Amino acid sequence: MRKIEAAKITQAVIRLVRQASFFLRSDVLFVLRKSYAAEKNKQAKKILKAILDNAAYAAKQKLAICQDTGLPIVFMQIGQDVVIGGDLKVAINKGVEEGYKKYHLRNSVVSDPLTRGKSKFTPCIIHTDIVRGSKIKITLLPKGFGCENKSQLKMFKPTAGIDEIKEFIVKAVKDAGPDACPPYVVGVGIGGTADYAGTMAKKALLRKISKNNSKLEKDLLKKINKTGIGTMGLGGVNTALAVHIQTYPTHIAGLPVSVNISCHALRSASVTL
Amino acid sequence: MRKINTPLDLNLIKSLKAGQEFSLSGTIYTARDQAHKRLVEAINTCKCLPIQLKGAVIYYCGPTQTLKGKVIGSCGPTTSSRMDEFTPLLLDNGLKVMIGKGGRSKEVKAAIKKYQGVYFITYAGCGALLAKYVKAAKVVAYRDLGPEAILKLEVKDFPLIVAIDANGGSIYG
Repeated sequence: MRKIEAAKITQAVIRLVRQASFFLRSDVLFVLRKSYAAEKNKQAKKILKAILDNAAYAAKQKLAICQDTGLPIVFMQIGQDVVIGGDLKVAINKGVEEGYKKYHLRNSVVSDPLTRGKSKFTPCIIHTDIVRGSKIKITLLPKGFGCENKSQLKMFKPTAGIDEIKEFIVKAVKDAGPDACPPYVVGVGIGGTADYAGTMAKKALLRKISKNNSKLEKDLLKKINKTGIGTMGLGGVNTALAVHIQTYPTHIAGLPVSVNISCHALRSASVTL
Repeated sequence: MRKINTPLDLNLIKSLKAGQEFSLSGTIYTARDQAHKRLVEAINTCKCLPIQLKGAVIYYCGPTQTLKGKVIGSCGPTTSSRMDEFTPLLLDNGLKVMIGKGGRSKEVKAAIKKYQGVYFITYAGCGALLAKYVKAAKVVAYRDLGPEAILKLEVKDFPLIVAIDANGGSIYG
């Protein structure tokens, strides 16, 4: 067994808060630059330039890339041979709160969804997976809520055809329209249960944006970029930067499909202890 | 980009066309979800509005915290459509200009025409960059709402695109 002290986890989370909030992911920057180069619509191109300038300015000034510094979501892969010295959940929340305070981010969390109340920094949402080994991987995804509000779930019949599913995913992007800061990264979870599909859709946003995409992902990206919504809803060829799909076995009676949209300011950071 | 200043003259507002770009200087107020709810409650009950709505510019924004020595934190627009249910009443009470991101409801579009206002969008998801254009910021109401408090901002050359104009024109069709 390997022991990892909770205090070490807190410090790691503080560093992740800084990394994710000030420095846009290199894969996101790369694909935004490509989108900028490919854009012919003048107004959309100008906004893409502003998005790139914003990322550079945020990194230089140590200012949040977006004022919506998100509902902090923490994904953990915990090696089964690890013993944690202290309270894991307390350690993570402490790291989030200290990090958000230290870097002057926004307190966007209300403690009661109905009565709302005073805005705070925590609690964050924690997902844990138990894996082999003696390490812990921590990933922070500060998820903005403009785009989180555009999430959709549909429980398809098991006999549903692929075209119906594609149509639902494209429609979810059309429903988001210009509201949630396009160009989007579209996370999709197919299979499992309603909640599991939702988690997969969110985890799909963590995958590095690259050329390695399935035929279904490529096809959906093409269809979404033909909707004409474009950067900030101004038209052009960049409605989405990528479509990422995760699948899992499901029940003979069902076919859950969940869509989780991210704005262009897709922020996340990981560390392995 | 043509420069415009607050307060916006009614003739100027009437002349704006969807898709045109401007840079705005002057005074604007931030207000988002909870502040809208309270403003509407204030209009419906005590008439004790904490800001003068007549001719006002409202920016849908809740900034990050301000670093020592800086004017404001990251301060981009939030999704405007969440404010749709409150907007017609505010326009009826003198609000003229809104700044945000994304589309608006049919009702808001109609109210913008009826009350001769304008809805602008600004660089969405560019909160760090937009902080450059804010020269002063001060909480003027609802401090207890934290990031949703109403701030009075002095802006210089703040970039805008007309999204819905007073004649019913819209970049969203």
